[in-house]
Amino acid sequence: MTAIAPPPAAALHDCRDAWIATLVELAAEDSRIVVVVNDSVGSSKLGPFQDAFPDRLVNVGIAEQDMVGVGAGLANGGKVPFVSAAACFLTARAMEQIKVDAAYSQHHIVLVGQSPGMAYGELGPTHHSIEDLAWLRTIPGLTVIVPSDRVETAQAIRWAAGAGSPVYVRVSRMGVPDVMPEGYRFQPGRAVELHAGSDVTIVATGTTVSRALEAAGSLADDGVSARVLAMPTIKPLDGPALLAAARETAGIVTVEEALTSGLGGAVAEYLAPRHPTRMRFVGVPDTFAPTGSVGWLMDHFGISPAGIAAAALEVVAAR
Amino acid sequence: MTIEDLVPQVDPDAVPVDTLRVLGRVPVGASREEAVAHLAEAARLVRRRDIEMVRAAGLGHIGGEFSVIDILVTLYLHALNTSPEQLGDPERDRFILSKGHAAAALYTTLAVAGFLPPDELSTFMQPQSALNGHPARTKIAAVEASTGPLGHGLPIAVGTAFAGKLDSSARRTFVVVGDGELQEGSNWEALMTAGNHQLSHLCVIVDRNRLQQGARVDQTNDLEPLGDKLAAFGMEVVDVDGHDHGALLDVFADVPAPSGRPTAVIAHTMKGHPISFMSDNVAWHHKVPSPDELTQALAELETS
Repeated sequence: MTAIAPPPAAALHDCRDAWIATLVELAAEDSRIVVVVNDSVGSSKLGPFQDAFPDRLVNVGIAEQDMVGVGAGLANGGKVPFVSAAACFLTARAMEQIKVDAAYSQHHIVLVGQSPGMAYGELGPTHHSIEDLAWLRTIPGLTVIVPSDRVETAQAIRWAAGAGSPVYVRVSRMGVPDVMPEGYRFQPGRAVELHAGSDVTIVATGTTVSRALEAAGSLADDGVSARVLAMPTIKPLDGPALLAAARETAGIVTVEEALTSGLGGAVAEYLAPRHPTRMRFVGVPDTFAPTGSVGWLMDHFGISPAGIAAAALEVVAAR
Repeated sequence: MTIEDLVPQVDPDAVPVDTLRVLGRVPVGASREEAVAHLAEAARLVRRRDIEMVRAAGLGHIGGEFSVIDILVTLYLHALNTSPEQLGDPERDRFILSKGHAAAALYTTLAVAGFLPPDELSTFMQPQSALNGHPARTKIAAVEASTGPLGHGLPIAVGTAFAGKLDSSARRTFVVVGDGELQEGSNWEALMTAGNHQLSHLCVIVDRNRLQQGARVDQTNDLEPLGDKLAAFGMEVVDVDGHDHGALLDVFADVPAPSGRPTAVIAHTMKGHPISFMSDNVAWHHKVPSPDELTQALAELETS
């Protein structure tokens, strides 16, 4: 596949629209589907669900531990709960419930992390969720999905509804262009090669995929052939795609809207014992972000086409 | 957590292995007197096997197990509409032991009720055993929720009861929390939800033994006035002697309450009951009996 970077004027889409449209479709098909929220109806764009299925929306108020525990109980009672809340509160406040009630218990719960990463940029680090990928990838039995556009968001939500095991899905509110090819079908543990390349590999996830494609375009202008892999699941990773990239290109740049111990750490852990690989990590380093819009913060941390291209050139130069 | 929680203190080979008689449910048509006698015998067998398991494993929580055993046997052998054959039935009653550290009491009750082969009890806390120190739903079919960290079972029970309400089902959810456990804030989040949503088929049982791991509850972070607090959160509050099988089966039969509120049962119990040197003694939260203490406790159980 050789899809090239979307043009700068590509339309941007809020992935929450795909989330709610898909959820309402699924709920119409399957009466077991219920939603649990912490006063997060508006921020989760759940209005259409609330209008269509008012009885199936459980609002526990601002109480995240209760929210995830209630989700587990609903699963025990035969329901398929989607627990939807701002990613920062859902993950940090209810971490033990995610570990025990969802993952250790292997309940089919879909945890939907809204406005993740630095989407709430100006509100400050209390409202950023840059730790979630690093935290959740350590929990056994939990699938961690980071969709890159509206198509993949819809696919991931649909897959999660039938997963039969606990799932965490990030849903981005920051506008992103369509990046997935026509007819794309999400599969956990399956990377998507969006741009062929032989010099260096960029492994990106979520909102950063379109930026990685732009970087590949500018690298091509400089005569560097960059492979772009979209990695929609941090857990499980696509091991074979990573090994192939490690063998066939000079090294790997990981890119995420998160602490680099999320996707970056996961890829490094995977490759170190199997095929040690030159790597660079693009994301948020070990720091709390300063104040700024999400766009400004992405550029500030080099999670930008220019920053990604620079990291790729470092890998190539070290060859 | 102290080091005694982690290090076996006795030689398991030196401990006699007992077996357990499966009593099953109180027979249909039994008189109240016969039901109480059946439950009393079950509780005696459960306590006997429990203390031997803890002695063999060198680990366990006898104090909080002996306080909750009468509640557990009354539920499993009489109150709950469930059976080993019904575990896949969506309409079964649910029971969740939120104070998961009393796992040995749950396992032993499940065995005496016919949900777990009695032979399996001898694997308690052994390598690869399904019988963890805290119950796991993925390892034992009859366990509805994996518990251990405190403050988890009640929110899960609220969700289970909510599912029943959505289905307009008559099934009920019972959950046992420890009194010290109520210091965890998640319980009060869940109680608010239960009260506001009028989850009438939820019954929260507080094992009110007044002791926690390190000290008395009222000397740690007091709960009183507990009944008033539970009522203020929208519960139908009932006080009961948590060692009186007859009183317990009456209280459980009254769920759901006519008021439409969730029921909160404050079950007044004694940690270590009815062993003379354990009862109401904070030292027996997770102490393991010596051979002499085991002998004396077993003798007292025969005459209690």
